[in-house]
Amino acid sequence: MIRASAFALALLLAAAGAAVAVEPSEMLKDPVLEARARAISKELRCLVCQNQSIDDSNADLAHDLRLIVRERLTAGDSDDQVKAYLVARYGDFILLDPPFEAKTLLLWSGPALVLLLGAGAVVLAYRRRRIDVAPPAGLSEDEKKRLARLMDGDA
Amino acid sequence: MIPELGHFALALALVVAFIQMTLPMWGAARNDGRLMALAKPAAMAQLLCILVAFGALMQAFIVSDFSVAVVARNSNSAQPLIYRIAGLWGNHEGSLLLWVAILAIYGAAVAAFGDNLPPRLQARALAVQAAIALGFLAFMLFASNPFARLDPAPPDGAELNPILQDPGLAFHPPMLYLGYVGLSMAFSFAIAALIEGRVDAAWARWVRPWTLAAWLCLTAGICFGSRWAYYTLGWGGWWFWDPVENASLMPWLAATALLHSAIVVEKRDALKGWTILLAILAFGFSLIGTFLVRSGVITSVHAFASDPLRGLFILVLMAIYIGGALALFAWRAPFLKPGGLFAPLSREGALLINNLFLATAAATVLLGTLYPLILDVLGLGTVSVGPPYYNATFMPIMLPLAALTAIGPLLSWKRADVAGAMSRLKFAALVAAAAALLAWWLEGGRPLPLIGIAVAGWLFAGTLGEFAGRTRVFEAGAIGRMRRMPRSAWGMTLAHGGLAIAILGMTGSAAWKQEDIRDLKPGESGTIAGYVYRLESVGAAEGPNYHVTRARITLMRDGDTVTVLEPEKRFYPEAETTTTEAAIHTTGFADVYGVIGEPDGKGGWAVRFYYEPLVAFIWIGALIMALGGVVSLSDRRYRIGAPLRARAARIVPAGKGAAE
Amino acid sequence: MSRSKRLLFVLPLAAFATLAAWFWMGLAPNRDPSLVPSVMIGRPVPAFDLAPLVAGKPGLKSDELKGRVTLINFFASWCVPCRAEVPLLMDLARDKRLELDGIAYKNKPGDTEAFLAELGNPFTRVVVDDTGRTAIDFGVYGVPESYLVDKDGVIRFREAGPLTPDVIETQLKPLLAKLSQ
Repeated sequence: MIRASAFALALLLAAAGAAVAVEPSEMLKDPVLEARARAISKELRCLVCQNQSIDDSNADLAHDLRLIVRERLTAGDSDDQVKAYLVARYGDFILLDPPFEAKTLLLWSGPALVLLLGAGAVVLAYRRRRIDVAPPAGLSEDEKKRLARLMDGDA
Repeated sequence: MIPELGHFALALALVVAFIQMTLPMWGAARNDGRLMALAKPAAMAQLLCILVAFGALMQAFIVSDFSVAVVARNSNSAQPLIYRIAGLWGNHEGSLLLWVAILAIYGAAVAAFGDNLPPRLQARALAVQAAIALGFLAFMLFASNPFARLDPAPPDGAELNPILQDPGLAFHPPMLYLGYVGLSMAFSFAIAALIEGRVDAAWARWVRPWTLAAWLCLTAGICFGSRWAYYTLGWGGWWFWDPVENASLMPWLAATALLHSAIVVEKRDALKGWTILLAILAFGFSLIGTFLVRSGVITSVHAFASDPLRGLFILVLMAIYIGGALALFAWRAPFLKPGGLFAPLSREGALLINNLFLATAAATVLLGTLYPLILDVLGLGTVSVGPPYYNATFMPIMLPLAALTAIGPLLSWKRADVAGAMSRLKFAALVAAAAALLAWWLEGGRPLPLIGIAVAGWLFAGTLGEFAGRTRVFEAGAIGRMRRMPRSAWGMTLAHGGLAIAILGMTGSAAWKQEDIRDLKPGESGTIAGYVYRLESVGAAEGPNYHVTRARITLMRDGDTVTVLEPEKRFYPEAETTTTEAAIHTTGFADVYGVIGEPDGKGGWAVRFYYEPLVAFIWIGALIMALGGVVSLSDRRYRIGAPLRARAARIVPAGKGAAE
Repeated sequence: MSRSKRLLFVLPLAAFATLAAWFWMGLAPNRDPSLVPSVMIGRPVPAFDLAPLVAGKPGLKSDELKGRVTLINFFASWCVPCRAEVPLLMDLARDKRLELDGIAYKNKPGDTEAFLAELGNPFTRVVVDDTGRTAIDFGVYGVPESYLVDKDGVIRFREAGPLTPDVIETQLKPLLAKLSQ
């Protein structure tokens, strides 16, 4: 555990400090390609500062990966191909957007399932205690005036 | 000497907590008034002991007593005083002391101001509160002692992490803890109710102020944290879906749901079992958050140095408190008397939908945060769950909820006239459409931001419209009606309005943020969003414990100088860390945000500028929400103690208050 | 109260118990949540051709890894755990069943040489990866990292972080025995 912490510490110290990420010297001249590079970078996890994208992280590795993204784009790769290039080396973990796979089925369907189950529970509970609320009889003029006065201070 | 005193005070607090946990609970079971009455002085005594311990540790930090291990690891004599003080809670042991201090503060507050609570409820609630304190005090004394000593004492300490050396540290953690530790009180009341076997409108009314207090502090705490991250991390972001951030969001979602379902219990005596469950879950989320931050099971930039042994201790505490509470719930909740019935289309129904959405949102955040852990321990590989996931799942839940929030207050209890309510929202619909059109005209046609703007406009106008309708603002006597309006109604208006403003801010800055990144030599300029920024010079200076690289940048618009910005990079030699201090110019409606980067090796510097439309609205909206909580808290119906007794003597005019 | 309704009330407790079980598994002592598992295990070594640290000495090409078992170690002089690892590598280097090759990751040659001079050079060959590209092709995300490559040039094992006696004895050596047959 200590060993692992030391390793992690070595990584973190190498990346210490607040992020000032994409350097002007990295940026591509072609604005369309550069925009694609930024968008792709935002979807790739920095493996050193693991809760930032490589677009946000100032880690050395993030810098290298940003350069690779731009190189692949300049070489003509599509967005998916660029991501596949990096996944081939680092695995799915590098994608901040978890892929749609068998193992992430529950992740992606979870929220909708919870909502449906919850709604279902509510409907069931309601059905079990059906209510009959008689429509209120009409109010007399007097009662309407009293009501208006009461409503003034109502919560 | 003083650290020893603090250590002793903690041990004393442990003993007092034990007494407070056992005797009043036994007294309540046997209806023994004297034993029950022990709860109040015990809670006060516990607070006193913990305050002594807190003061002792504070003293050690202020005078830089490096014989105390925690001070040696987290403080340095060159550090400014405010960071020596705030650094007390910038580490694991010190922040635990803050944890138990806030537990004790809430307990003492219920003891001091809870005179209108039935004795058995008060005794049991304080006993449960003491039980929680017992666990955490034991954790501290046996596994995380803040008063552990170093012998020999080092000549100077390791500096507090420079990123934490910011005024934000003075506000964010204490406010956050007042929030999610404060949810312990709602938990304690829920357990007391389960033991008693009775949940009724009166219970809901007694619990509400404590939940409200915790909720508003949590809202403010999250707001401060977001603002702090915004200006300190250097790229204008304000939320990253980091596991520890999520750990504060989940209790907030649960607490918001609890506030709303407690209304249904209070007004209509319904949703009792669910409300009890929520009170347990809200604090449960707080404990999960505590576990995640301190155990090391999940990586996070926010985590304290992790220690699985400590994690195990917290897990055991969680199993006892939450497992115990849920077991009690499984056993006793079925015996709670079922409550009032209502039609699905009614205010109760709307509040139920509110809870459904909030619970789903909390479950979603929990799922996303824990999924990598779950796959990993089940040996199914690793995935990483980041902002793209939450944007795809959380927003589709929260935006419809925000839209429904405009309708809810317009519905009446038991059975509502939905068509009538919707027709009262015609104006809000117009505002929403107009706002969306304006946004489309200014910024283009991407659908999601337009939806966000429309929802914000709808909610804001709908909330104002409800307020206007309730006070009949265009008729004579409106001011009088406004003054007679209960504070809780003011609170609701402020809270819902604040939410709308915050949504506006989030949409604007997320959707329409612009950036400009370039290398500049002194004298050169760049442009962003109609501004021109010119780098004048980059110089060096010295701070109390850091070296500064400071840039002077002139910001201009239409040829006129708007301001001079001075972004900095600070290097802390003791900690060997660099931080960036952004320079921000705000017009209220947008921020222009400048950061100085690395030298490019050719005489120039990397400079990046961001333009963040509407971003300040996020925090303004959140603070207005918190203000709504404060106003609501001051409602005379929740004010307990002397003022209520005095008012009871006055004759209440017929009709006033009868509608409650 | 019906049985099924009673069971409903137990649901939260059951859900929490499952959650607690997962947390407990997450606390397992040797688990490192920041560890990124390697996807290169079982795949051929990525193609590379690196220049030697010292001019005149041989470089290292990926094709040259066939025919013998190799342990490739990515290291750098600025990396603190790398220093701790060197004595273990020196021991390992004496094992005739494998060849130890070092790749200096983004290190100035002078610094690398000083590092090896001070702590000892366990490597048969030391080559240089200035750009870090070869490291990225291996899926390296920090230093030190070690890769065990078999006689067919296929990666069989990877350790992120410094090697420890425990890992060497329980994982590396048994695998080495198998691969050397």
